[in-house]
Amino acid sequence: MFELSLAEARAALRARKLSARELTTAYLGAVEQLNPQLNAYITTTPELALTHADAADASLARGEHGALTGIPLAIKDLFATKGVRTTAASKILAPFIPPYESTVTANLLRDGAVFLGKANLDEFAMGSSNMTSAFGAVTNPWKRAGSNTPLVPGGSSGGSAAAVAARIALGATATDTGGSIRQPAAFCGIAGIKPTYGRCSRWGVVAFASSLDQAGPVARTVEDCAILLGSMAGFDAKDSTSADIAVPDFAAACARGVKGLRIGVPKEYRMDGMAPEIDALWQQGLAWLRDAGATIVDVSLPHTKYGLATYYIVAPAEASSNLARYDGVRYGARSPGRDLIEMYENTRADGFGAEVKRRIMIGTYVLSAGYYDAYYLKAQKVRALILRDFTEAFEKVDALLTPTAPSAAFGQGEKMDDPVTMYLNDIFTVPVNMAGLPGLSVPAGLDAAGLPLGLQIIGRPFDEETVFAVGAAIERAAGFTARPSIRAEG
Amino acid sequence: MAYTLEGETGSWEVVCGLEVHAQVISKSKLFSGASAEYGAEPNSQVSLVDAAFPGMLPVINRECVAQAVRTGLGLNAQINLWSRFDRKNYFYADLPQGYQISQFAHPVVGEGKVEVTLPDGSTKEIGITRLHLEQDAGKSLHDQDPTKSFIDLNRSGVALMEIVSEPDIRSPEEAGAYLTKLRQILRYLGTCDGNMDEGSMRADVNVSVRKAGEAFRTRCEIKNVNSIRFVMQAVEAEAKRQIGIWEAGGEVVQETRLFDPSKNETRSMRSKEDAHDYRYFPDPDLLPLVLTQDFVDGLKTHLPELPDAKTARFVREYGLSAYDARILVMEQATADFYETLAKGRDAKMAANWMMGDFFAALNRTSTTIETSPVSAANLGALIDLIADNTINGRIAKEVFEAMVETGDHPADIVEKKGLRQVTDTGAIDAAVGAVLTANADKVAQYKAGQEKLFGFFVGQVMKAMAGKGNPALVNEALKKKLA
Repeated sequence: MFELSLAEARAALRARKLSARELTTAYLGAVEQLNPQLNAYITTTPELALTHADAADASLARGEHGALTGIPLAIKDLFATKGVRTTAASKILAPFIPPYESTVTANLLRDGAVFLGKANLDEFAMGSSNMTSAFGAVTNPWKRAGSNTPLVPGGSSGGSAAAVAARIALGATATDTGGSIRQPAAFCGIAGIKPTYGRCSRWGVVAFASSLDQAGPVARTVEDCAILLGSMAGFDAKDSTSADIAVPDFAAACARGVKGLRIGVPKEYRMDGMAPEIDALWQQGLAWLRDAGATIVDVSLPHTKYGLATYYIVAPAEASSNLARYDGVRYGARSPGRDLIEMYENTRADGFGAEVKRRIMIGTYVLSAGYYDAYYLKAQKVRALILRDFTEAFEKVDALLTPTAPSAAFGQGEKMDDPVTMYLNDIFTVPVNMAGLPGLSVPAGLDAAGLPLGLQIIGRPFDEETVFAVGAAIERAAGFTARPSIRAEG
Repeated sequence: MAYTLEGETGSWEVVCGLEVHAQVISKSKLFSGASAEYGAEPNSQVSLVDAAFPGMLPVINRECVAQAVRTGLGLNAQINLWSRFDRKNYFYADLPQGYQISQFAHPVVGEGKVEVTLPDGSTKEIGITRLHLEQDAGKSLHDQDPTKSFIDLNRSGVALMEIVSEPDIRSPEEAGAYLTKLRQILRYLGTCDGNMDEGSMRADVNVSVRKAGEAFRTRCEIKNVNSIRFVMQAVEAEAKRQIGIWEAGGEVVQETRLFDPSKNETRSMRSKEDAHDYRYFPDPDLLPLVLTQDFVDGLKTHLPELPDAKTARFVREYGLSAYDARILVMEQATADFYETLAKGRDAKMAANWMMGDFFAALNRTSTTIETSPVSAANLGALIDLIADNTINGRIAKEVFEAMVETGDHPADIVEKKGLRQVTDTGAIDAAVGAVLTANADKVAQYKAGQEKLFGFFVGQVMKAMAGKGNPALVNEALKKKLA
């Protein structure tokens, strides 16, 4: 049962070969069994899940179903869920139970999904390792061959990716500000798409960097991602940056093929010192697409090298302001003080972890009088140039193919000495957020240690269909059948 | 004669600019659907957006934008078709987001101007620098508990227009005249109720002083002054304080100050050390505010007639003096009352009745034009009774007092009290005859040249007729008999 893809499970449910209660009960059992090892969930909601499942069975019995009726999902704990604790993996929100449901999760519920619980993440989605969660690190279900070293699942959507890879969720919601869907998807050997900025509503999603944050799904297949995104996406009048554009049939696009498509290879993504196996996989991916009828075109994205530096100005700047609301006054944790200022200081000192504090300080600094022009304003100008690079490239090609991350999953505790080493994980993913484009990571192969590696497909704004078509073609060619060592079976 | 303050070193000129925060009249808040109404139970009008819950997003209220544009048009100002919202970051307990959404770099309204009339009748133009939209904060209540402060978020997120003037103001009177005019325009437009006592209009007052011909010296900002009178007092008090510092060889420090009306002085609010760095940056939750010229033109078409235009029309159409016209135009309701009254009647007489007995009655009874017991229709009917000689002017005053008391129609009062004017020449002749007979000595004096006695005879006749004699006919009859 755990080997069924979302699409297959959905078909079985509709054919009444499987009930939603059976499926959900199995997944809840797997969660109970494996979550202590993985720590992929911060909060599990078995009773709620069974309520959702029974409702799904009732509608299936009536011959009615939505796109996700009876499908058990993990919800990244950054999405507000009505009546269910929503922590953003931070101490400061540890006691917070929202009286509202985010638009994205409401869309999933509308379509009949079953929520198993809230998935772990880096605190406030700030991180690439899931090591910054106030609720403990998440362990990647994959191990290096012959080693028991616990590996990171990537981040920030590490809990979502680990849960899906270990088959303790059939799919999951995630969010991506600089790579937080694609990098953990790559590290955990699953698919994940960050759609175009504006495709999914941000309403009810705890904000990290508003101009970059986008919700998207992680799942075990490209098609499963397409099905999930179809439910999550859509215009929302409550989010001024949400796009009033119809949601196409993403799943149908997966079957399109790539014949006649022009696939760009940005030369600036071939970094000095890039792992040979990453480069080899990239070449392999291009060969698969060429074999499937696509034309490979060299393109240039000259401002790529500024992407990461620019991101680490824009994202912390917005975060420093977005996180000002966690002040202990109205909700969440409060640490008392003799006066208001001391209460703020104690609350925020106790409530935020080191990485969040670092980014608040960086953001506060770059927006300060006297530094604003040199940092924030300049970063916005560079951001416009990064977007222009992509726009010009997309005059010549229909999609771009790049590696998702510069390495496979690393060990817990590695890369922790220098924040910049950690930030380098996002070097291939960050420019996509800066330009607001859709980016999909597809598992395409293994490194020498047997760990999964991903390839990233980048598309034009609101052209997720082409991205899915290319991703599905790579998925078919790669025939990725490797499985993590920790997973639910049966 | 320009306003100056005399110091030990000679005359000082006062330089003042005002930042007025005007609460926008709208059903809901600037970025949320919560009600913007004043005076509700604390924290009863707070949406999740206003309380800055995680993941909540602002959505611009179109009506608030329209109100800002209307105000800009009313201030003869440039409307910026492209403007943008920025975040002004600072921590305070009644600022849930930790930032105020405002328009820092690109306001929706640019430069404009307002013409004010000073007490001596002269006029002066005050430049408007800009008008922008921003969120109001909540309210901190420090007097409810000995150790805790309470927070009311009803006002959190309500739309404000910040209207910034050029430093064109040179005296307390000009500051008062500017605020009065601004409030009048806002009220005419229906974009702000201008009620300073409810806090829906507040002023930050920037003051500096200088010797004639100098460049501007350092200014201080007096925050949140909440009446026109206090603004005028604050300008003078602050100017005098600064003159004292300069003349003692000191240096005025740029700072934020508060005005204490009970002591008529300003005092420092916060020192330079904890001066805020607001870290303004464009709000990434909002798209730039883009207006079409059609939208602006549509609002322009439906603007009401504004005070300056109405004053000019009253002078032109009703033959009023500019002074009288300005008084009648002061408030929209007064102007409307006057126009109802003057329609088809002697416009001068209507103006005199309104500005004389009517205003006096409102004052005396502490009523307003809206709550007045005397309606425009009834006051008009009274004027009609004078015009058609049903009553004379003196009786009219008596009838008017009865109208104030009872709210009755003047014709009913005249009937009930039997105040109809006597125009029967026979009755008048009889009364005249009786008075002259009874005062034969005075008649002799009159005929000997004491013509002033004519008034005495008129008075006696009117008295004999209980005031109801037609004054013209009484005069005529007297003249004939005394000839």
